[in-house]
Amino acid sequence: MDKAKSVMDQNGSGAGHTNGLHKPVRRQLSNGSCVQFSATDDNHPHLQTEPQINGSPAKRCRLRRRLESARRNRPPFPWFGMDIGGTLVKLVYFEPKDITAEEEQEEVENLKSIRRYLTSNTAYGKTGVRDVHLEVRNLTICGRTGNLHFIRFPTIAMHRFIQMGRDKHFSSLHTTLCATGGGAYKFENDFRTFDELDCLIQGLLFIDSVGFNGHPECYYFDNPSDTHNSIKRPCRLDNLFPMLLVNIGSGVSILAVNSKDNYKRVTGTSLGGGTFLGLCCLLTGCETFEEALEMASKGDSTNVDKLVKDIYGGDYQRFGLQGSAVASSFGHMMSKEKRDSISKEDLARATLVTITNNIGSIARMCAVNEKIERVVFVGNFLRINTVSTKLLAYAMDFWSKGQLRALFLEHEGYFGAVGAFLELLKSSEEA
Amino acid sequence: MALSGGRVSGSHSMDKSITLPPDEIFRNLENAKRFAIDIGGSLTKLAYYSTVQHKVAKVRSFDHSAKETDGDPLYEISVQEEITARLHFIKFENAYIETCLDFIKDHLVNTETKVIKATGGGAYKFKDLIEKKLKLKVDKEDEMTCLIKGCNFVLKNIPHEAFVYAKHADSEFRFQNTHPDIFPYLLINIGSGVSIVKVESEDKFERIGGSSIGGGTFWGLGALLTKTKRFDELLQLASKGQHNNVDMLVKDIYGGAYGSLGLTGDLIASSFGKSATTDKEFSKEDMAKSLLHMISNDIGQLACLYAKLHNLTRVYFGGFFIRGHPVTMHTITYSINFFTKGEVQALFLRHEGYLGAIGAFLKGAEEDNPNQYSWGENYAGSSGLMSVSPELNPVQRARSGTFDMLEMDRLERQLVNLPLLQDATSYIPDTMDLTEDALALKRAVASQKDQPEAAERAEKFRQKYRHKLQTLRHQPFAYGSLTVRSLLDTREHCLNEFNFPDPYSKIKQKENDMALKYYLKVVKALEELSWEQRQFILVKGLLAGNVFDWGAKAVSDVLESDPEFGFEQAKQQLQERPWLVDSYNQWIERMKGPPHKCALFFVDNSGIDIILGVFPFIRELMIRGTEVVLASNSGPALNDVTNTGPTPNQKAPSVSQEQTHFQAALKEDRLALVQSGSSSPCLDLSRLDKVLATVVRERGTDLVIIEGMGRAIHTNYYARLSCESLKLAVIKNSWLAERLGGKIFSVVFKYEVPLKTHGEH
Repeated sequence: MDKAKSVMDQNGSGAGHTNGLHKPVRRQLSNGSCVQFSATDDNHPHLQTEPQINGSPAKRCRLRRRLESARRNRPPFPWFGMDIGGTLVKLVYFEPKDITAEEEQEEVENLKSIRRYLTSNTAYGKTGVRDVHLEVRNLTICGRTGNLHFIRFPTIAMHRFIQMGRDKHFSSLHTTLCATGGGAYKFENDFRTFDELDCLIQGLLFIDSVGFNGHPECYYFDNPSDTHNSIKRPCRLDNLFPMLLVNIGSGVSILAVNSKDNYKRVTGTSLGGGTFLGLCCLLTGCETFEEALEMASKGDSTNVDKLVKDIYGGDYQRFGLQGSAVASSFGHMMSKEKRDSISKEDLARATLVTITNNIGSIARMCAVNEKIERVVFVGNFLRINTVSTKLLAYAMDFWSKGQLRALFLEHEGYFGAVGAFLELLKSSEEA
Repeated sequence: MALSGGRVSGSHSMDKSITLPPDEIFRNLENAKRFAIDIGGSLTKLAYYSTVQHKVAKVRSFDHSAKETDGDPLYEISVQEEITARLHFIKFENAYIETCLDFIKDHLVNTETKVIKATGGGAYKFKDLIEKKLKLKVDKEDEMTCLIKGCNFVLKNIPHEAFVYAKHADSEFRFQNTHPDIFPYLLINIGSGVSIVKVESEDKFERIGGSSIGGGTFWGLGALLTKTKRFDELLQLASKGQHNNVDMLVKDIYGGAYGSLGLTGDLIASSFGKSATTDKEFSKEDMAKSLLHMISNDIGQLACLYAKLHNLTRVYFGGFFIRGHPVTMHTITYSINFFTKGEVQALFLRHEGYLGAIGAFLKGAEEDNPNQYSWGENYAGSSGLMSVSPELNPVQRARSGTFDMLEMDRLERQLVNLPLLQDATSYIPDTMDLTEDALALKRAVASQKDQPEAAERAEKFRQKYRHKLQTLRHQPFAYGSLTVRSLLDTREHCLNEFNFPDPYSKIKQKENDMALKYYLKVVKALEELSWEQRQFILVKGLLAGNVFDWGAKAVSDVLESDPEFGFEQAKQQLQERPWLVDSYNQWIERMKGPPHKCALFFVDNSGIDIILGVFPFIRELMIRGTEVVLASNSGPALNDVTNTGPTPNQKAPSVSQEQTHFQAALKEDRLALVQSGSSSPCLDLSRLDKVLATVVRERGTDLVIIEGMGRAIHTNYYARLSCESLKLAVIKNSWLAERLGGKIFSVVFKYEVPLKTHGEH
């Protein structure tokens, strides 16, 4: 846990992510349930990783006192953070691993069952999934050590989730569950809601700072110009700012982030993950994102798209356009013969390539207009979607002639939920 | 990435049974030369150059020194043939290409042409056919180069070429003025893909970006989703659909607006987002609409990003995705407004479909140097902008679907701005845009219908002009903003079309002769008056003369009588002071001061107006020491003074002492006669003869006088000049008088001194 140590050090100096937690301005969406923190350091919520126990007795003593104070300030379990998107609900759950026997006894029965239910399963109902591979282990927050779990289920199942909470008489849900995301408004009476973009950025910075079980959270592609042979390489997000943050959910938001609490939404596009899945469902009859991606991975978009060479026989030299560039997405589909002979896989692939290229193109223009060289892509559209990540890496590299690098994060779609989770810990200050 | 062209051909089968009316579609083929053709996915555009002979009125003066008999006319008008260069552009569906080529072959007499310039994605496909049929060698030109060349040409030469589209405004189309400086601009060509081209000068342009999501995506994806084959049908489907059934809106996610980010609830958060989460059937209409929004918004967004990056504000849209389709013009406009918050306006072009053909033609005609001339749209031969919206006008739509024409006449002189315009870029000649005013439109078109024509007016002219008026009634925007000016221009073009060089010449001549005989009396009477009295009578004379305007029905009765009586009668008819607009006192104060250096006088009517009104007035100015430049129409217009018509040097000889006066002035160059460059009863100060502009500049003109309803009221009423100006007219029709808050025969006497701008010291 080398990474963890460095984070703890940062914590002391106040230079870490924690300062980001007391943004002076609270958004309207928080529904007034969120208080502002005073700026004194002592009142900070304590987000720290595993403390070092091998210090001097005096140091240990100080540590214990801090832990005690943390204990008083921290919220009661369970610790959740939730991001209710247009299509998916993302849930992070902190499973304390340092539960004492005393605590175990005190633990309310249904709380225990929730913990066991969530941590012993990887699938919930028909549609809920725990992304085991994303689990962050041995994380110490507010003096407690445990694992952070990442769970997702479709937004349409949200009411069942609420019902489950009610069925289990989980009355404290509304005070303990912090939610963000566009869909959170519907559950304002059930949870405390927080601004989506605030949560996204704070969550991202937090996960990047604690790392991913000893590995960097961030990665890029080496040799992006050859999408068949480009290699995924982990990297640290050094010199974070300014960065262009491209969040691809159902739709796309593009943010210019200048510092941890200074960002603006530059633009967005409605051609996002929802468009990919929506069009794929209509064109191929598929039902899930996984299915659509599976088909896309087998397809060939050049049967659907009209390339420069299909029109000009080769490169269009007057404008320096390569023959292999797409001239018209779905351009071949203007012909009835071609429509009649096209495969679903090809259609899925073309949809994926069209949406991805378009996002790449808009992101690049924004980066140039905003004069930002670091472009970070997040959002659940990129989940298990190497076709898109590689294509984005290629597009950034190609159009910028190597000036821009596309960066990706392992927990692509969960940062909003992490941010909401951090709000929960922060809100304990209220008490 | 995206490129224009390369569209698949339309689903029409070859229809060879169509018969072509030669005098309406491929006109002047006998003299045609320099062919160019642009073959797109569904439409072919053919261009050629021809010369047209038409009759013009020429004046021949008699030798006046010999004798002076009262009964003899002072000059004679003869009709001569003149040759005008004309560019023809014809657009038709690819299905007719073979028929058309056969037709051209049969009618092509001139065989000196060896080559046809070709462009467009279909040029290759039809190469052999063209070479076989026409025996012309096909010479292929780069598509984008042609497009840009054509775009530059129409922007420079066709007034009201570019327009802003506003679906819900009173006037759907807001036309832009021709700017002397058209560069730099951004052209977004939406063909099957999208090309974004930055144009910096006539020869310098660069493709700065593009997108593969374009018209082909709409068509291809649309066909897959809705099983609808044709592009037009897809657009029709889209216009009936509700996109919010398919799209996930901000409010679907957030319950309302996302206020802190300024995102309204109706904004699309995820295109087709609902089809990803809802398990239901979506209607074809709704899917087509959602697709249209998705593509239009995406293109608009990219266009804005590129415009911002390159700091460009003039953004023109073209390509088959746009091509006059109100649906796509609306969605693109909406998108541009949204993404630039109104800072950039989406501009569209009336002749967008012709750009490639025009460019290819210009490429082939470089030796003729068409760019060094000014060209004007011939309203008689051009079909104008057709709305393709089926609801708007099914008849027009059917016609525009088959043949559509643009004709441009080469103007004798180059046209430029009046150097005295305060701000040439914001100058709008027309006082009222009739397309924005339903009532005025009705009245104006109606008033044209009742026009008393010369006795010999031909049935053909009547039909053509009537047809044009019909077109304008249904499609007021066919030739740009409909104004009194454009109405009268259309009429002039139609008259020329049927060889009425100057249908009014006989009447003019008669009137001039009578007026000249009365001139001496007028001058003599003036000399007996005191200075103050004389100034007032001079102005009154100008105004009274202005009552004599063939264009207005109200005075036709008076004209029948003898001019002396008529002139005095007219003075009586004039409104008493204070006039409707009355700055006479300021004018008199100014006249008491130092003389002007040079006055530019745009004269209106011939006959009584110029001889009894204008001549005494400028005589007074010249006596004061002011040089005078008389600007008259180049072509014949109603009974306006034509430059070839009676001018002071021709009538002066009849009046002995006046002879010396005007002739000496002409000789000493204190009086200059120039052509305005226009042949319209209205006046567009941004399209004036280059010679006039030079004279005005060289002489240090410090006073501009604009006379007559057409020049000073219908146009230029609000024009701001950088020197003193006098705009005067008698309002001779009641609807206009009502509009200005007056009665018929109300007087407008508007003397203006330019305000010093703040920046000046």
